[in-house]
Amino acid sequence: MSGFMSKFMSFSRINGDSKVAPFVVLLLTVTVLASACNLLLPSDSIFYVSTYTITLLGKYLCYAMLALAVDVIWGYCGILSLGHGAFFALGGYAMGMYLMRQIGDRGVYGNPDLPDFMVFLNWSEMPWFWHGMDQFWIAMLMVLLVPGLLAFVFGWLAFRSRVTGVYLSIMTQALTYALLLAFFRNEMGFGGNNGLTDFKDILGFDLQADSTRVSLFIITALLLCGLLILSKKIMQTRFGKVIIAVRDGESRARFIGYKTENYKVWLFVYSAMIAGIAGALYVPQVGIINPGEFSPINSIEMVIWVAVGGRGTLIGAIIGAILVNYAKTKFTAIMPDGWLFALGAMFVLVTLYLPKGLMGLFAQLQEQLKEKQQQSKNQSGNDSPNEKAEEGHA
Amino acid sequence: MSILDSTRDVMRRDQVWSFLQEPEQKVDISHQVLLYVEGLNLSFDGFKALNDLNLYINDGELRCLIGANGAGKTTLMDVITGKTQCDSGSVYFGQSINLLDKDEAEIAQLGIGRKFQKPTVFEAHTVMDNLELSLKSNKSVLPTLLAVLNGEEYDRIDEVLETIGLKGERMMLAGSLSHGQKQWLEIGMLLMANPRLLLVDEPVAGMTVQEGERTAELLTSLAGERTVVVVEHDMEFVRSIAQTVTVLHQGAVLAEGSMDEIQNNQDVIEVYLGEAP
Repeated sequence: MSGFMSKFMSFSRINGDSKVAPFVVLLLTVTVLASACNLLLPSDSIFYVSTYTITLLGKYLCYAMLALAVDVIWGYCGILSLGHGAFFALGGYAMGMYLMRQIGDRGVYGNPDLPDFMVFLNWSEMPWFWHGMDQFWIAMLMVLLVPGLLAFVFGWLAFRSRVTGVYLSIMTQALTYALLLAFFRNEMGFGGNNGLTDFKDILGFDLQADSTRVSLFIITALLLCGLLILSKKIMQTRFGKVIIAVRDGESRARFIGYKTENYKVWLFVYSAMIAGIAGALYVPQVGIINPGEFSPINSIEMVIWVAVGGRGTLIGAIIGAILVNYAKTKFTAIMPDGWLFALGAMFVLVTLYLPKGLMGLFAQLQEQLKEKQQQSKNQSGNDSPNEKAEEGHA
Repeated sequence: MSILDSTRDVMRRDQVWSFLQEPEQKVDISHQVLLYVEGLNLSFDGFKALNDLNLYINDGELRCLIGANGAGKTTLMDVITGKTQCDSGSVYFGQSINLLDKDEAEIAQLGIGRKFQKPTVFEAHTVMDNLELSLKSNKSVLPTLLAVLNGEEYDRIDEVLETIGLKGERMMLAGSLSHGQKQWLEIGMLLMANPRLLLVDEPVAGMTVQEGERTAELLTSLAGERTVVVVEHDMEFVRSIAQTVTVLHQGAVLAEGSMDEIQNNQDVIEVYLGEAP
């Protein structure tokens, strides 16, 4: 095992001092173990992982993917978006519409053509934008296109006018709030206040079945790993270097000939698409999408996940999202009203004492460990390099 | 432009549609003048930063701009590089390229490099990456995403590293360089793009005497194949490099000539040199 790990460590070293490869291995190992423990073990075994836990883990991974989207734009390009919840929810709605059409005549009203809420509103036919959403591939295309298009239009207008900093953050916040209000209206045709729910199956598989749940969880993990690697690769190209250059000195980047607004727009679109995918994976696992997902507080929470994990590290965003949401699950069970205070306190503490987040802390500890090892090496004169790699990974 | 005007423009038979024309990139210097600045006016809230300013820079010369604070030196550079819009006037690069309707990135791609007063390098990148980003290459999004350094470009980076004396610091983060080294790196970033015209704002501010001397040497060696415009307060430095000096005062050109002529010019002595003998 240790030889295997060190091989992966050296693979990752080729691309700078990145920890992506070992992290992906870890994430996939956990995914496979959890899935196997759910499907293969009897429910009275102590190693049995309940389906509830699997769904919860799947939800965390969706949030992790969302945090990845925020980190790409905030950590690398310095654009603080407080509206990424909007892209997440739009992706979720696109998936929700597909799942809604899959219900068919099994709804409460038993109408084979119209979803329940339309029957309830006495609508005689479907609005135009619901057509075609019963096709899986069209729905998946919409998961990417709708958030991407919104991000393109918004980004094109904002970045071309050189809106930056806190003004941009406020505009993104306003964007998600406007969408929240719009989606609350019944006339919008997205189920109003109640949103879309009561899903039955996806691609013919029962959404309540253990195997479907586990499959969704595994798909989420795989896509998360894929997007993590893709994002890392993108950040290592010259495009990524320009993005960091824009963060650190936008006018310098302009004066050496880069049209920075184009770079920002395309990165924003990429980030919005990741958020859309996360939303689309989230909806079948939690079984509901409603306008609450657009609420500004959600978008602020995402930023906190990234801040806790450490921005500009990608892995940090994922770890931050998982840890904060785990804490949320535990905390809201004990003291439901206290969660927002805890979240606020966490944000303040991280900003004050861990400006680089957990990844920064981790790097610092590693540095100290290395120094100590260096000293002991100088004293004893021999040291195994393998041990170092193991500790570095832990 | 009104709809009627644009329709007429499209219907004109004596020229190709403008969107079909190849964007003109060649700098026409058949009259040996690289940069024409004529009748430039700019005011900020009533304060006239530039006041009917006329300036001609010859191809291959090394020009120094001097002037008291607020004389309009940096503002002039802002207008030339597209950072600030002027109220009226014209700025031409060569005889045919109008710089006023281009943005910063386009102007930079034409071959006008600018160094800021405060050294601005990308601190989170290594020295090498800083130079790589400044390479003369296609700088739109997709080609940049797929760009890979080739051997020729490596050589070019090495060459510039040699010139600016940062060969040993190649893999260091730019943020950890000293102030003088950052200034040099910034000059190196300009050189990477192989510019026609270099606008250099206070290159020796904050440098030690030796560093200043090396900078002077470098700038003098660049003149000839490139055109260099230097804004500087340090009169010793100006004296050591200048062929022609232009004195700006209250947004207009007060005097122009060699350093000796300038120092004997009564107007200049009155408004600038006279203040601090």
